[in-house]
Amino acid sequence: MITFSEEKLTQVKELISHYPEGKQKSALIPLLHMAQDENGGWLDASAMDYVAEILHILPIEVYEVATFYSMFNTKPVGKYVLEVCRTGPCMLNGSDEIIDYIKEKLGISEGETTTDGLFTLKPAECLGACGYAPMMQLGKHYREHLTKEKVDKLIEELSGTAKN
Amino acid sequence: MGVKLLLEHDKVEGIRYYDAYRKHGGYRAAEKAFKMSPADIVEEVKKSGLRGRGGAGFPTGMKWSFLAKPEGVPRHLVCNADESEPGTFKDRYLMEFHPHLFIEGLLISSFALGSNATYVYIRGEYAWIPDILEQAIAEAKHNGWLGKNILGSGFDCEIYVHRGAGAYICGEETALIESLEGKRGNPRMKPPFPAIQGVWMRPTVVNNVETIAAVVPIINIGGDEYAKIGVGKSTGTKLLSVCGNVKNQGVYEIDMTISVEEFIYSDEYCGGIPNGKKLKACIPGGSSVPIIPANLLLKTAKGETRYMNYESLSDGGFATGSMMGSGGFIVLNEDQCVVRHTMTLARFYNHESCGQCSPCREGTGWMYKILKNIEYGKGKMSDVDLLWDIQRRIEGNTICPLGDAAAWPVAAAIRHFRDEFEWHIKNPEESQTRNYGLAHYADPIHVPATA
Repeated sequence: MITFSEEKLTQVKELISHYPEGKQKSALIPLLHMAQDENGGWLDASAMDYVAEILHILPIEVYEVATFYSMFNTKPVGKYVLEVCRTGPCMLNGSDEIIDYIKEKLGISEGETTTDGLFTLKPAECLGACGYAPMMQLGKHYREHLTKEKVDKLIEELSGTAKN
Repeated sequence: MGVKLLLEHDKVEGIRYYDAYRKHGGYRAAEKAFKMSPADIVEEVKKSGLRGRGGAGFPTGMKWSFLAKPEGVPRHLVCNADESEPGTFKDRYLMEFHPHLFIEGLLISSFALGSNATYVYIRGEYAWIPDILEQAIAEAKHNGWLGKNILGSGFDCEIYVHRGAGAYICGEETALIESLEGKRGNPRMKPPFPAIQGVWMRPTVVNNVETIAAVVPIINIGGDEYAKIGVGKSTGTKLLSVCGNVKNQGVYEIDMTISVEEFIYSDEYCGGIPNGKKLKACIPGGSSVPIIPANLLLKTAKGETRYMNYESLSDGGFATGSMMGSGGFIVLNEDQCVVRHTMTLARFYNHESCGQCSPCREGTGWMYKILKNIEYGKGKMSDVDLLWDIQRRIEGNTICPLGDAAAWPVAAAIRHFRDEFEWHIKNPEESQTRNYGLAHYADPIHVPATA
């Protein structure tokens, strides 16, 4: 069960004010992003119900949206979600090799999380970084022009940060 | 060097921020626009011949003139920043590096359309860009370009950035509107068109980021001058995002008069194919438009030079041409496998189908399954005709153009690369260890002599 802090609730209020009166449901997707961040990277029923309550809409209106959009995770994920693009332009620049390398290195398949709960591998469809391929999304940012060496370094860094 | 209207100040230090942008002529078009009437601005955009830069190429001025203006009903400009067409990353570039150009375009367009609350619907994955835009909006507001009574005109305008959450379909304008209302991105039946009943059932114009940015130079130099740049109905400049097997991948602004060959091989643009490889095929306007082999890319079927503009790229129709689309220019070299590439696109459209219409929901999955079989050496000879049949039954039979977008890449791949598909099927083992290669795809085309 999540609850937004006072600061977050002010943000919510501000967000809702962007839309006409009575159309507060428009803030649903932005609010789900906030709820997912608050809830460790995924949305469980209670987090979705909380958002429904804030917006005065039915829980089903939230569930049907959360399950439609690929950025919302309805199952638990690792601390770091490696979303590697595999659509055409990235494939031309070797995204398949990068995905295979990550699988081998972390010992997980697509959609799985490492046993220490650190990494989830989530293959993604086109993320709009085709000229900087291969690439992945990690949290709020993109990691572009990936190589095996860069993947090694990234995973090492993230594992180190998690330990400290 | 071609004409640069959008990326003219690309190399200027700090152009992302207000002071540098203003110093280099920024917000001059807005000053000019606020001395004009909204109707005159629409007229200038009409005269410019600007065509929607999102992919469809519909004349922007005409779209604006369709906007209903019932008394007492607010109307909205919604900017489509959901850029998700594989191969396309030009809007990202504009928003990331030229946010004030974009904001100025939004301001002028909002004034022209009478939108007091304008929304930028940006794809959720571009998660760092809303911060950039919001900073630019705050700077613009601080300097009197947004908010109440702008430049003493009595016109109020706020710009809100709204994040999506990962759905290609939300690039379709009615799906985008649904999503902005906090719903699943299911496209609406048309009519009514958004110009009559759009977001919250209010009259709405949905325009692409690049289209909005182009309004700034149009007001600066005038619609007539803008129309003189380019050729025919391809007026002004166009941003292209280049990816795949070229030396210099990235975003380029062209004035639509250069040839495809110059664009690919000159150092000013793509710089040719790296590692001495040969060009095999190209998708010139984002993954939905037809893929064409090298020999039909550089020259039309009539043997004439092909140019980088709407008309020339579509010369020959789907039989021998392609489309300008969104400007996502995807280049494949001789080592690439057209079957595998088409398979990834089929997977993409299957993933992105919203599921409302049976031909698209079922057809995209079926095509992906068949293509996967062929790619992994489990294809049957009858699969090629079956694929052709499925794509034909999707095209034109869905509420929105995603069906067409999923059908066209498969159709074009079979139309031009049928022997590569057949080779895969006949050589299930060999095709797992090597690719078909360049084959005859770059051979000169025989042009029948006319009497």
